[in-house]
Amino acid sequence: MPDNMQTIYIWIVLAPLIGSIIAGLFGKKVGRAGAHWVTIIGVGVSCVLSIIVFKHMVFDGADPFNGSVYTWLVSDGVKFEIGFLIDKLSAMMMVVVTFVSLMVHIYTIGYMHGDPGYQRFFSYISLFTFSMLMLVMSNNFMQLFFGWEAVGLISYLLIGFWFKKETAIYANMKAFLVNRVGDFGFLLGIAGVLMYFGTLDYATVFANTDSVVGKTIQIIPGSDWSVLTLICICLFIGAMGKSAQVPLHVWLPDSMEGPTPISALIHAATMVTAGIYMVARMSPLFELSETALSFVIVIGAITALFMGLLGLVQNDIKRVVAYSTLSQLGYMTVALGASAYAAGIFHLMTHAFFKALLFLAAGSVIIAMHHEQDMRKMGGLRKYMPITWITSLIGSLALIGAPGFAGFFSKDSIIEAVGLSTIPGSGFAYFAVLGGVFVTALYSFRMYFLVFHGKERMDEHTRSHLHEPSWVVTVPLILLAIPSVIIGFIFVSDMSFGNFFGDAIKVLPQHDVLGQLAENYHGPFGMILHSLVTWPFWLALAGVATAWFLYMKRPDIPGMIQDKLKFVHKVLDNKYYVDRFNEIVFAGGSRFLGKLLWQNGDVRVIDGVIINGSAKTVGWIAGIVRRLQTGYLYNYAFAMIFGLLFLLGVFVLA
Amino acid sequence: MNFETPNIIPAIPEITLLSLACLILVVDLFVKQENRIITYLLSQASLLIVFLLTLFTFTTETQFTFSNTFVRDSMSDVLKLGVYISVFIVFLYAKDYLRQRDMFKGEFYVLGLFGVLGMMILISAHNLLTIYLGLELLSLSMYAMVAMQRNSKAGSEAAMKYFVLGAIASGMLLYGMSMIYGVTGSLDLAEISQKVAEVSDQKLTIFGMVFLIVGIAFKLGAVPFHMWVPDVYHGAPTSVTLYIASAPKIAAFAMLMRLLVDGLSSLQPHWQDILIILAIASMGIGNIVAIAQGNLKRMLAYSAISHVGFLLLGVLTGQQAGYAASMFYVLSYVLMSLGSFGMIVLLSRKGFEADNLADYKGLNERSPWAAFMMLIFMLSMAGVPPFLGFWAKFAVLKEVVAADSLLWLAVVAVIFSIIGAFYYLRMIKLMYFDKPEDTQAITADLDLKVALSTNSLMVLGLGLLPGGLMALCIAAIAH
Repeated sequence: MPDNMQTIYIWIVLAPLIGSIIAGLFGKKVGRAGAHWVTIIGVGVSCVLSIIVFKHMVFDGADPFNGSVYTWLVSDGVKFEIGFLIDKLSAMMMVVVTFVSLMVHIYTIGYMHGDPGYQRFFSYISLFTFSMLMLVMSNNFMQLFFGWEAVGLISYLLIGFWFKKETAIYANMKAFLVNRVGDFGFLLGIAGVLMYFGTLDYATVFANTDSVVGKTIQIIPGSDWSVLTLICICLFIGAMGKSAQVPLHVWLPDSMEGPTPISALIHAATMVTAGIYMVARMSPLFELSETALSFVIVIGAITALFMGLLGLVQNDIKRVVAYSTLSQLGYMTVALGASAYAAGIFHLMTHAFFKALLFLAAGSVIIAMHHEQDMRKMGGLRKYMPITWITSLIGSLALIGAPGFAGFFSKDSIIEAVGLSTIPGSGFAYFAVLGGVFVTALYSFRMYFLVFHGKERMDEHTRSHLHEPSWVVTVPLILLAIPSVIIGFIFVSDMSFGNFFGDAIKVLPQHDVLGQLAENYHGPFGMILHSLVTWPFWLALAGVATAWFLYMKRPDIPGMIQDKLKFVHKVLDNKYYVDRFNEIVFAGGSRFLGKLLWQNGDVRVIDGVIINGSAKTVGWIAGIVRRLQTGYLYNYAFAMIFGLLFLLGVFVLA
Repeated sequence: MNFETPNIIPAIPEITLLSLACLILVVDLFVKQENRIITYLLSQASLLIVFLLTLFTFTTETQFTFSNTFVRDSMSDVLKLGVYISVFIVFLYAKDYLRQRDMFKGEFYVLGLFGVLGMMILISAHNLLTIYLGLELLSLSMYAMVAMQRNSKAGSEAAMKYFVLGAIASGMLLYGMSMIYGVTGSLDLAEISQKVAEVSDQKLTIFGMVFLIVGIAFKLGAVPFHMWVPDVYHGAPTSVTLYIASAPKIAAFAMLMRLLVDGLSSLQPHWQDILIILAIASMGIGNIVAIAQGNLKRMLAYSAISHVGFLLLGVLTGQQAGYAASMFYVLSYVLMSLGSFGMIVLLSRKGFEADNLADYKGLNERSPWAAFMMLIFMLSMAGVPPFLGFWAKFAVLKEVVAADSLLWLAVVAVIFSIIGAFYYLRMIKLMYFDKPEDTQAITADLDLKVALSTNSLMVLGLGLLPGGLMALCIAAIAH
């Protein structure tokens, strides 16, 4: 039933768009309840249809669909079109995006309750869902780029959702600027694809990779660069911006200024993983460039370890989760670099569930604490908020990779794959991801203990009002907790070690680390048992134990460590001075350069002569010519006669 | 000499409309003022009837009748359908406006219908006299419509100016026709075309042609025969401006095609040069002076002048594809023009015309949907993708680039449309970034709102799927 399916694909993207338009443009008319109903129904329809598509693809084993839905323009042989590529990879992404989005929509009813921008918020998150779906379902670079920019735009709008808050405006500007850097690279990458392949269609590009292998380009005269490496690295720079990899990670922690539901949806579960998805989608290109893969793995490893360390010193509950997101994105990137794309995507999926859960749970805590986010003022919340407590615990266990939970399967697959990889830089990456396990466990359970156990450090007023938020908040928590436990167990055999993604992901035989692992793989139970004798398990356990010792048993020790290791603490507290560096060198430098160019180039030459000059000229002419429109009939008649005589003079007499 | 009964079949829509208009004229006499809606409904029904008549007898072959003075072909059918639709929309938009100002009279509709008849004759003319007949029927109806608000000084002044200048233009047109008749000895466009090609010294034909072009340029409102446009657009009631700014452009395009392409095709190199001058002057003056306007109706008037310049670009290439592009342009422009003037009607109310740019400040805060519709119209007129106006400009420019040695003209056109983008974008800035001055709620009847929304969505929809309309224009010109 191909026709039928195509209609379904179209409705999957249209339903959230329609909801968003109604909530956005007619928000006043439909009211608050109208806005949340119409968007929830839109996303709900989309989610149900996505699940149908997933079932159709995965369980009924349908062939991938690749077709254009609508061609807008053909210019010089290059098609600008909207098309869908639906295979198991995109089907899985669609389910993840729409499911998490649906949960967040429902949760938002509780979280944004009473906010004056209620309708606007729903309109934005629905529009985000639409854009994200367009991105993952695309079959060409053009649409990919549009979706990419659209999700970036909405992320910008939502970080600055509370646009009267100074810090939010700063944060969204920062996100926007940093993403510009990434997008610039991305655009160059796409331009490279167009230049060397002459098309923007995925399938055609992937089919013609042979024609580009071995081609070189001279960017700096005298040095030959492989075209494929250049394209891949440019594309990956785009991914670094969107998926917040070092050094373009700086915007993500600040993005926590936005409302918590979008931190869960956009800045944890979906948008930030767009980069990971894109690289996996481009695997036929990345596979051909060992240099690019090496670059990817090193960047990922740095992000995984060093961003995790920063999580240790944060006191804002959302920021801890944000740094943990950065670190986990690093894990996914490492997997990509090691050619274990499937494991990276698998981790993307499990992470989407447990990280959305952790964020929403943090949001639940924040609601209960009357928008207090400092963990030093929490503690002992367990007995006041049992559902939030138990779901948070599940989320944390999944995050640290406790055997059996979702994160365990995906993360262990990555770690083992990296261990086998022979790509330059994989040795360092292996060390980083192993170290990361300990760090992850430490900061996760530091947060867990500080928030839910120990002394109640909040003031009396807050304590007396502590209670579990309404069902719209807790139901999404529960619904997200379920996949956080079981989803890894279900899919590990197929996704990590089976051929789940089929042709969607291409791995060269010499890079196929997951294939090697699969030879020694004996089902999920075997994996759990095996893990008990490997490093990650003991490192995670050590992390939890350390957290317990430091924050439950001897809460005085962290302060002592801080005193003893002042230097280290200071470096971590200042986030390795990257922000400071950016502010001084890039922001300051570009401001200086801008000022220089502005005063000398812009104000004098461009504005003074060209822009204002031409604007003045145009305005001056307009002022003169409008005076010709005197309002007097005889002047008008004269103009006509004059025009006639002019034409006669030119064309008859001449 | 024996009298032959002419074949009236090709002219059935015209004859039907004439009868219906006369019928409405009589019925209207017996309708009380509070039941005036009957006249309105009858007029709309008449338009619907001729629409269906034309649609169901749509022809792909060329038919002549009335001793070859009347022609019916695909182009005429498509253009007529465009005229019906746009006048239908005009009547619909104008209804509330007229009611609020005690102008809800039968005259508006009867004159409007006679104007439609004039346009139909003009579109189907195949003889110099038929052209003149159609033109005068249309013009006389419009003069009267502009003057309809009798106690408005601006309206009377505008009507007076329009009438006098129109008379001069008609005189010039007639003079040109007489010259052409003198050279060729015929009034029939096909014969003229044939004879002109045989004439050895073209001085006199060119002399006549210049006068013809003046007549056409006046009707289109091309510089320097444009002086009436801002004053009439501004002075006339918005309901009448709606009318003037839409369907007659289609008729004027037909007149241009009939006279120059059907009648004087062998002089193409000569009229090409004249049209180039007119086009550049129109795009230049239109876009530049529009910037200095504080009144939206005047601004749109100058914008209309600049669009006429663009419209001429396609025709002057002298290629089939160029004609089709211009036809696409005129149909698209009419749709956008209807929408923008419709927005003025939507926002106006009794005692408030909503025709100053300042009235649009902060529109987004008052009504996001209204602001969004206006945004669509403005961006489309500026030629921003993916709206319809982009395709109109794209199609015309493509043909200009494809023509020999006219690349520079395309560059000039683009520069002027960039200048023009300024005042369209200024509207958007006013709507979205300024604080509202007018705080009254926007009230309008449901039919107006629905029609206007459809109008704006069509500008967007046709921009996303321009293929159908484009193919229609190409087919209409080719047959």
